[in-house]
Amino acid sequence: MTNVFDAFSGTANSLYGELPDPAADAGFDPSHPKRVGFFTDTSVCIGCKACEVACKEWNLVPDDGTDASDLYRLTGMSYDNTGDLGASTWRHVAFIEDVRPHGSATTAHGGAVPAEPTTGHIPSGLPALGGGALPKAPRDAATAPPGPGGTGTGTVDLLTLLPDAGAHGQQTPDDERDVRWLMASDVCKHCTHAGCLDNCPTGALFRTEFGTVVVQDDICNGCGYCVPSCPYGVIDVRGSDGGAHKCTLCYDRLGSGLEPACAKACPTQSIQFGDLDELQAAADARLAELHGRGVNEARLYGRDENDGVGGDGAFFLLLDEPEVYGLPPDPIVTTRDLPEMWRNAALTAVGLGAAALAAFWKGGRR
Amino acid sequence: MTEDLNPTGMPERARIDHDAVKPRRDSPRGGRKGEQLQVPEAEFRSYYGRPIIKAPVWKNPDVPLYLFLGGLAGSSAVLAAMAGPTGRPSLRRAGRYAAVGGAMGGTVFLIHDLHRPSRFLHMLRVFKPTSPLSVGSWILSPFAAFATAAAGAEALAPYLRGRRGAKTLQVAGDAAGVGAAVVGPALATYTAVLISNTAVPTWHEAHRHLPVLFAGSAAAAGGGFGLVFSRVEDNEPAQRLAIAGAVVELVTEEKMTRDLGMLADVYDKGRAKTLMTASKACLVVGAAGAVVGRRKRWAAALSGLALMAGSALTRFGVFDAGIASANDPAHIVVPQRERIRRREEAVQAGTTPPDRHYVPAAGN
Repeated sequence: MTNVFDAFSGTANSLYGELPDPAADAGFDPSHPKRVGFFTDTSVCIGCKACEVACKEWNLVPDDGTDASDLYRLTGMSYDNTGDLGASTWRHVAFIEDVRPHGSATTAHGGAVPAEPTTGHIPSGLPALGGGALPKAPRDAATAPPGPGGTGTGTVDLLTLLPDAGAHGQQTPDDERDVRWLMASDVCKHCTHAGCLDNCPTGALFRTEFGTVVVQDDICNGCGYCVPSCPYGVIDVRGSDGGAHKCTLCYDRLGSGLEPACAKACPTQSIQFGDLDELQAAADARLAELHGRGVNEARLYGRDENDGVGGDGAFFLLLDEPEVYGLPPDPIVTTRDLPEMWRNAALTAVGLGAAALAAFWKGGRR
Repeated sequence: MTEDLNPTGMPERARIDHDAVKPRRDSPRGGRKGEQLQVPEAEFRSYYGRPIIKAPVWKNPDVPLYLFLGGLAGSSAVLAAMAGPTGRPSLRRAGRYAAVGGAMGGTVFLIHDLHRPSRFLHMLRVFKPTSPLSVGSWILSPFAAFATAAAGAEALAPYLRGRRGAKTLQVAGDAAGVGAAVVGPALATYTAVLISNTAVPTWHEAHRHLPVLFAGSAAAAGGGFGLVFSRVEDNEPAQRLAIAGAVVELVTEEKMTRDLGMLADVYDKGRAKTLMTASKACLVVGAAGAVVGRRKRWAAALSGLALMAGSALTRFGVFDAGIASANDPAHIVVPQRERIRRREEAVQAGTTPPDRHYVPAAGN
């Protein structure tokens, strides 16, 4: 930042609020490149994890920290054996097996079944998947919580996963449940107001000229303050080297005019890279298209520039509530309250000093 | 490495204490809030019940001990600076040694807490008011310098008595003591900003209470130290400060858990509950002992020890509660959903949407 007191001047939205150009706020001159980011459209994600692999390969990210005695262990969370984002996982593909009693959701909708378009919640630009033979019962129960008996802890018969099982009249052993799959590739959000960056005491985290947030490994002293500062739980300290690590949005590739490794590797264009304003326009168009096709549960996450972090540089199109994907529904950058905290701490410090002075009141020597 | 129990030595994902996360509120909330209705089990969805934010990787006991030592040193420095001019040499000596001990011990713990300790000087690379840890480093450094100078003068004084330079040494020690006393209270309370300026719900939403809680805790610790190590004819200010600190700490802790609503459940279970209960017991016993037993050397010392223990236990309890809060997805989802709901309600009613401030969840 150009002036340390700007942050508290009240005129600049350096800590919270709308901030159109975070790179300029960080001191780059106006000729800096446009802000870039990711638009991750989970409606076309096929869960192939090419992004995870490409990220690991390009950035030389080591093993996830699974210890030697328990290598390649399974989490039991569908096909997700990575768990979450971390110091050695900069892209993470979440798998949600949404299993629920068959028809329970449609009755909850008050018999609106015929009115629902046949696409139901089956998303996206993969029409070949369903064609005209989509399942008879639309699985539009996106917003209903999983029923107590229908959570995906038991075994799932693969036949029930076939989208047109019903249309073909196959008698599956378990006809009672609907299954849908949600897959989403999560990544650092490169927030407009990045708690990790503002809280870093060494200046190891910095804002790049592209408006992204990057850790300088040769500066980081492993204090770990960035870890609980992230409202999304992205950044973490790596056990093997003690430094904090997270997605750099392939800062090295950007400088050479290349797109990040994960976006390059994504076979379905679920991960789109580009200038943030163009991505936002593309996302708005995609959302309108999906809504027009009846996929009403589609929503953008991190797109709103008035949200608690001033909007995300990496934002998402989701098909369910954010928390289903492990994302906080209404994140707020922690520095929003920092000026008040400093005020309170200063006042209390004065109070403590005064109390200690007052303790000597009329206390003559005995 | 076998004795290294710090969580980050383990695989990253093993830091999640699933036993602490999974069984949710199986016991009703504490009977001590008898008039309050039990908070209903919150409905929320999550990704396989996993934590949403990352729990701090700060080491235990390094960081809670640092919080305690910072408070002890900060309030002791003020006591020492006042004890000199008011003719209480034993309290001055105790305060100066507590200040330097706390500053040095705290620095050691802070450096040991780093995952790359050899780079501890990077803390002073920049001054960033947006980073409480940066500000804290710039508070701790001058404090440690002042406290060391004051304690050094105290330690050297007997050897220089009656010789040349004794007066200079005393003046220099007093001046350094005043410097430490000016910075000390900030050292005691900035740690509240340090932990509340995180995404950990139980810490962040207590950002109005934690500075007061920590100031009270610091006063109890510094006063307690003075009670233990000063003579009975000198210890009255320490007694007063310690009692006041204990009362503030007890009252603020109660108010904090009330205002936190559902987020206070981490204080009602597990190790945090044990620590906070022990802390309250120590503070009550110590304060009562300080009231009645100040003039007895042994009673004053025991009371002072209890007060210091209470102060330290509070720091450990608050630290543990924060870890549990960060690991609980309900602490993220439920209050944030409530916030969204209130905002939507306000928009529908045509009123000004409330700010995104925390609102205690239903039941309060």
